[in-house]
Formats: sequence, C-alpha cells, structure tokens
Amino acid sequence: MAHVKFTQALRRFYPDLKPLHLEGSTIAEIVQGLEDKYPGLKDYIVDEHGQLRKHVNIFIQNSLIKDRTHLQDKITDQDEIYIMQALSGG
Amino acid sequence: MSERALVGTRKGLLVLQKKGSHWKIIDDFFTGIPVNMVYQDTQNGDWWAALDHGHWGSKLQVSSDEGNSWTEVEAPKYPEGAEVKDGVPAKLNYIWAFANSLSGTDHKLYIGTEPGGLFHRNGSLEDGAHLVQSLWDHPSRKEQWFGGGRDNPGIHSILIDPRNNEHIYIGISCAGVFKSEDGGSTWTHRNKGLNATFLPDPEMEIGHDPHILKFCAAQPDVMWQQNHCGIFRTTNGGELWQEVSQEGGPAFFGFALAVHEENPERAWVAPAQSDEIRVAIDKKLCISRTDDGGKTWTDFRTGLPQEHCYDIVYRHALVSQGNDLLFGTTTGNLFSSADEGESWDVVSNYLPMIYCIEFIE
Repeated sequence: MAHVKFTQALRRFYPDLKPLHLEGSTIAEIVQGLEDKYPGLKDYIVDEHGQLRKHVNIFIQNSLIKDRTHLQDKITDQDEIYIMQALSGG
Repeated sequence: MSERALVGTRKGLLVLQKKGSHWKIIDDFFTGIPVNMVYQDTQNGDWWAALDHGHWGSKLQVSSDEGNSWTEVEAPKYPEGAEVKDGVPAKLNYIWAFANSLSGTDHKLYIGTEPGGLFHRNGSLEDGAHLVQSLWDHPSRKEQWFGGGRDNPGIHSILIDPRNNEHIYIGISCAGVFKSEDGGSTWTHRNKGLNATFLPDPEMEIGHDPHILKFCAAQPDVMWQQNHCGIFRTTNGGELWQEVSQEGGPAFFGFALAVHEENPERAWVAPAQSDEIRVAIDKKLCISRTDDGGKTWTDFRTGLPQEHCYDIVYRHALVSQGNDLLFGTTTGNLFSSADEGESWDVVSNYLPMIYCIEFIE
C-alpha cells in the first residue's frame, strides 16, 4: 500500500489527519480512498470535476504528478505520496 | 431592532454588538481565512459564512447556535458537462450572494456564484446545493454574459419579493438584472433604461454591470442599483430604470448601496473615484444620501477621513437598519452611524480588508 502524507495546513480542517497507507494504483484511487476515510477531504484537493485544484500539488516520491486533470499517474505499493498546497506569499 | 452584525473580512468573521450608541467587536471566527460573504437566514436564524480558501476552494459553513459551533456543508458544485463557454468547464470560483425564501413551507436558501450559476438548497443541511438549471440554460448566458472585476460573470445580488416567494430578482456582473415570476422556472432581463457606456451599444438589453441591487423592503417594486455607470432606480420592479446619479457630485461611481427598509425615497451610496482609479474621491471619504428618490444627494463626512484616504467600500459592505448604518472599507476601517449616516464613529481602524456586513437578529 502506498504511504500518503499531507501538508500540515490540512490539519486545520481535519485535525485527526495523519499519514496513512492506502490501496490504489492511481492518484485518483488514492484521493477516493482519502474521501472514504475523511469525508469531504476530496473537495479540498480536487474541484467538482475531479481536477486537482490550481494551488494544490501532489508528489509521487520526488516528482510532481503529470495528470492534473484525471489523476491517472500510476503508483506502486512502495511509493510515498505527498499532498501539499502551492506556496504563496514569498 | 437588530443590535448585532456579522462582518466578513479577508482574515475571518467578526461579530459586532451595539453597546449604547457604539459598536464593539465581541467575537471572531475562522481567523486567517477570507470570509467573503455572511448571511443570516431570516426563517430559522442560521448564520452562513462563505469561506474563500485560496488553495482549497470555496467552502460553506453554517451555525445554528450563533457561532458556538460551525458545520461545513457541501459547497455548490457545477454538474459534469456544465460550461462557462463552449469548451470551458464551469467550476465554483466564488460564493457571492445568499437569500432565503421568506414564507411558506418551501424553505429555500439561494446562493449566487461566479461563474454565473444560481443554486438553491432546501431546508436540510444534509441536502446539497442544486443548480437552477433554467437560468444556467438561459440563451443569453454563454454569448452575452461576461466577467467584470472577476474572471467570469457572477451573481452578487438575490432579492426575493416579500409579497411572493415566486418573484426573484438577481443581479449579475456583467449581464444585468434578471427576474423570475415563477419561482425560478423562467427568467427575463430587466435592464431597460440602464446605460452601459462600456458597450458598443449602451442600451443593449444584456451586458450591464450592476454592482449591487437592493429594494425597499416595504415597497419592493422600488429598487436601486449602484451600477458601474451610475446609480439607477426603478419604481416598477425593473420594468424601467432611471438614472439618479448626482450631476457633478460624488454620487456616481461606486460599489456599495444601502436602501431604507420603509422609506422608498431614501438610499445611501459610498462614492469612489472612477473605475480606473478606485480610491475615495479626492482621497476624502464620504457617504452620500438621498431623501427624495435620487433627485438630490447630500454627502456626509463628519467622522470620516478627509485626507490621504485610499479606502473604497465593497458592494456588500454598506448596510442600514433604521437609523443605524455600518460600513467597512478595503483598508480595514469600520465605521458606524446612529443618525442615518450624517455622522460617523470609528468601530476599528485596524481590521483586515472588509468584504461584507450583515445585520443579524
């Protein structure tokens, strides 16, 4: 199972949010897995059409995902996934 | 009479309470998060707040216990296939207006958004927001609506006739005023008499830029709008608008407008210097009032900064109730008046940018 980590900023809205392991072969499946565990969290990460929000980034290992529209980047059980917001304010 | 108000700012939600003749900040919520719209449902008293998270999208919060606890409910979602223009998917960018049905068993909360969708929620918090498809499918939308200050058209004003829940007016920047007389099933534009100097034909039926639309609660056929191109008033529910801007005076361009609840002749505006500059006129802040339906205007300045003032007042940030008025500015100044806008007290000079104010019961 992939290991999923988050920016601290999301803990303001989900105080119980902790790094976790999730089943899934694509980022889209991981995001759905997060929604199942933390209802509503998906809406913070993607918009109503499932596209990654403009100022949110997802890394697989040290690489940004390529498919921000459908989140079809493939992942393996050994991957570490990091969900973060874009930096703002310098 | 209300002696409290909600204030939405760039850094959170404030609660004001009137103590004697002065207003004090007594509570705050969502510190650090932009609260771009606030509203109290007049049927059940719920407080609503629209949060504009830069990174995480627009969110809706509601409190049924005056802020002691807040619940996030699902924000409006544009359905799959909805397009702003051909090939451009519609996504919720901004929540810009609330209004609830006023009587009867059909309790609805309407929500205006950018990019131009009107949504309604039923009474249950578990139920989501539903796009008013009839307006979204209006034949003028894709071709004749466009963004003004924002990227896309947005619904910033929703008025429900207190005599008839089926009569709904909305204000759209940029498209103009639309009205439904059948509870939102069909819509017609109500822009005759407006003058959009930025259009090739200033009298086009659609494409106008009302910055805010309000009516006199006791006589809802009397409506006012602070428009991009002046101040306009109608006495027949938008069948015909008349310009009531002040000839040679400050009451012309601006964003905010307050309308007396009972006196259809009285309104206030917060003049600003031209659309290109957008500061207080001559860097001196004033509020202008008319008591004769816009025939004449008087600008009031007592208690307001009269030098080096860059403040403007956003469209939802000037409100009136009885003799009381409140307004807040882009540079975080909050003022109150207890004498119908003739003199002003400082509530605070140290707030974040103020987006909106709402009197609450």
